[in-house]
Amino acid sequence: MTKKAKGQTEITIYPDWCKGCGICVEFCPAKVLALGRDGKARVARLDECINCGFCERHCPDFAIVVRGKGRKRRAPACAENGETPVDKE
Amino acid sequence: MADITELIHDYLRHNKKFPHVFCAGCGHGIVLGALIRSIHALGLSKDEVCIVAGIGCSGRIAAYVDFNTVHTTHGRALTFATGIKMANPKLKVITIMGDGDAMSIGGNHLIHAARRNIGVTALVLNNNIYGMTGGQCSATTPQGATTQTTPFGQMEKAFDIVTLAAAAGANGVYRGSTFHVNMLDRLVATAIERPGFNLVEIITPCHTQYGRKNKYKSAVDMFKWIKKNCVPKEKFDALPEADRGEKMPIGTFVEKDHKGLEQLYGELQARLNRPGRPVAEPEQPSAQHAEESRNIMNKEPK
Amino acid sequence: MAQKKSKQRKAVFALGNEAVVEGALLAGCSFYAGYPITPSSEIMEVMAARLPRSEDGVFIQMEDEIASMGAIIGASLAGRKAMTATSGPGFSLMQENLGFACMTEVPLVVVNVMRGGPSTGLPTSPAQGDVQQARWGTHGDHPVIVLSASDVRECLEMTITAFNFAEKYRTPVILLLDEITAHTREKIELPEPGELEIVGRSYPTVPPEWYKPYEDTMRGVSPMPPIGSGYRHHVTGLTHDVLGFPTQRPDEVKAIMERLFRKIDQFYPDIMLVEEYMTEDADIGVVAYGSVARSAELAIDMAREQGYKAGLIKLKTLFPFPKPFVNRLAARCSRIVVPEMNMGQMSREVKRVAARTTSIRTVNRIDGQIITPTQICKAITQG
Repeated sequence: MTKKAKGQTEITIYPDWCKGCGICVEFCPAKVLALGRDGKARVARLDECINCGFCERHCPDFAIVVRGKGRKRRAPACAENGETPVDKE
Repeated sequence: MADITELIHDYLRHNKKFPHVFCAGCGHGIVLGALIRSIHALGLSKDEVCIVAGIGCSGRIAAYVDFNTVHTTHGRALTFATGIKMANPKLKVITIMGDGDAMSIGGNHLIHAARRNIGVTALVLNNNIYGMTGGQCSATTPQGATTQTTPFGQMEKAFDIVTLAAAAGANGVYRGSTFHVNMLDRLVATAIERPGFNLVEIITPCHTQYGRKNKYKSAVDMFKWIKKNCVPKEKFDALPEADRGEKMPIGTFVEKDHKGLEQLYGELQARLNRPGRPVAEPEQPSAQHAEESRNIMNKEPK
Repeated sequence: MAQKKSKQRKAVFALGNEAVVEGALLAGCSFYAGYPITPSSEIMEVMAARLPRSEDGVFIQMEDEIASMGAIIGASLAGRKAMTATSGPGFSLMQENLGFACMTEVPLVVVNVMRGGPSTGLPTSPAQGDVQQARWGTHGDHPVIVLSASDVRECLEMTITAFNFAEKYRTPVILLLDEITAHTREKIELPEPGELEIVGRSYPTVPPEWYKPYEDTMRGVSPMPPIGSGYRHHVTGLTHDVLGFPTQRPDEVKAIMERLFRKIDQFYPDIMLVEEYMTEDADIGVVAYGSVARSAELAIDMAREQGYKAGLIKLKTLFPFPKPFVNRLAARCSRIVVPEMNMGQMSREVKRVAARTTSIRTVNRIDGQIITPTQICKAITQG
């Protein structure tokens, strides 16, 4: 396997969704992530990220988004869209 | 590797509150992610997917995802799924059950769904415990484990879900783990795509109810345990018996190509309703029928 | 339904159980899941022969009655008119998923051919012991419609009515037969498909993103799209809000529970079906249902011959209990006789309604034999 380029990503962690289980922190092969004082995951060493996708796949709460640097949020990709979110308390 | 989480967000229900109800580090969220990725990879539309869930922690998964979802009674998910699939074979029906759901209260439904090879995909989320009710032992709790209802250690042996499903005649039988997610994605996609009854046992951790009482204090500890003990089937088979210990093989166990029940039924119906075929009066039970059954029943009541 | 003699109509010599199948197919039933049990098995056998021969009919034999209920709920959610049939022990197993159908408002029909109980009881003998179970069998407070039939023609008619009520009110409907009705073979004329009123399900008219699966409406019945039609929603046995998601908020719980009752309550006059026989001038009333109603009809004739002015109310709807009819009868009668093949399940209801107005006498029989006209006549004449 070729060595992956480092630091080509932007990582967003939604603190509201993160429950601080620590899976991403423990198993990140490049040790990019750490648990913050609030108990939630945070990005500690962004430059080390090899964009392997482990944290995204293993985050049970879908709280980590890893994007290529400078990439925008893409349009919804599922086969059917056009949802109108219904307000709910 | 991008677009993994964003893709999942597209399939979640926008009118549900997040984060979901599962404990921090629960594998159920990972399974939901794998399920969504598999469905997306197969190019299925949201409308043609029907998720049928049972009761328990795993049953709560259904509410979060934007497909047709049914949250049924305890253990009966497969019966509902059978009805839905037979009523509309075009739907991709996927059941999500826990180990208590599928192996204890719904054990009979599971073996019969496998036997009749109904075109339903069953995901059995095996966390070795009844999580939602507070950590009682289940039919898959390993022998010797401590739970709320086995404070002195479980004496009974655990079900091997994979062997059971295979023996009952399932078309496809797979086992994956929430640590080996790439493989899990592949297994779930295969199980959804293939005809007939396909079952995926998914090893998922419950550190809150199971781990806490069995020396795995945190979610991370449980994932380490899964990482260590879930080995690919080929590797497992090569291991000498003595080294196997707690290890579990993951991968593909059975892959058969029998037609699903709904396919066979559709063919029968097409044959019976072929145009030009003389419409025969269906056989009515004879006049003596009731009398006969009465006589038989008098001898051997049910 | 008018049953006028006409030459176009096909006459068949059918069992009560077979008439149920005829009725179901006329009503548009296209899904049957069941498990064999005496004395209801003929329904299943005839369905097994008929449904695969139709364009879209599905028949499946399940592993038990729990599974049968699950399958027909699933089929109904997928847009089919679905039914199952069973008898006492199987009916007990169905209660769990019957509650699910009440909670999630899934239209379906359950035929229970009553046999002697409790437990395995008398598999081939008649009884009417499941009446209160049909009303209150599943746990939790819930509304449900229970119908009964007393002869073969009524088996056909009431099955159609059961499907119509189920679809109209989005509720499970239970049709109680007894072994005598189910195994009586009589000549009946099959109605032509066009001459019957067949009620279909109401579908949403709003686009999917506006659709609220459990929205309150004037009728109290929310439109119900089949799974796969684009109206993706969540169905759960948990108490849910208008969107179908679980809720524990008292205001939301109250709203949905009250609507469940209201959707049946406000249509009582349409749902309560009875047949009155010689009640215009009666001063002794009889309230009966099922095969016992046939004995009762003959008993009325016998009593009239002896000079007693007796009249019969035959209950076709058991629950909601046809209170106004019984009230009216009680107001004019010095006593009411309630014959039934149990120790007094329907007479409870009659007493609840009429005990203050008149005296109530029960005729009970639980030995697996039919109540004879003579027995009822004796109760009428000897008060």
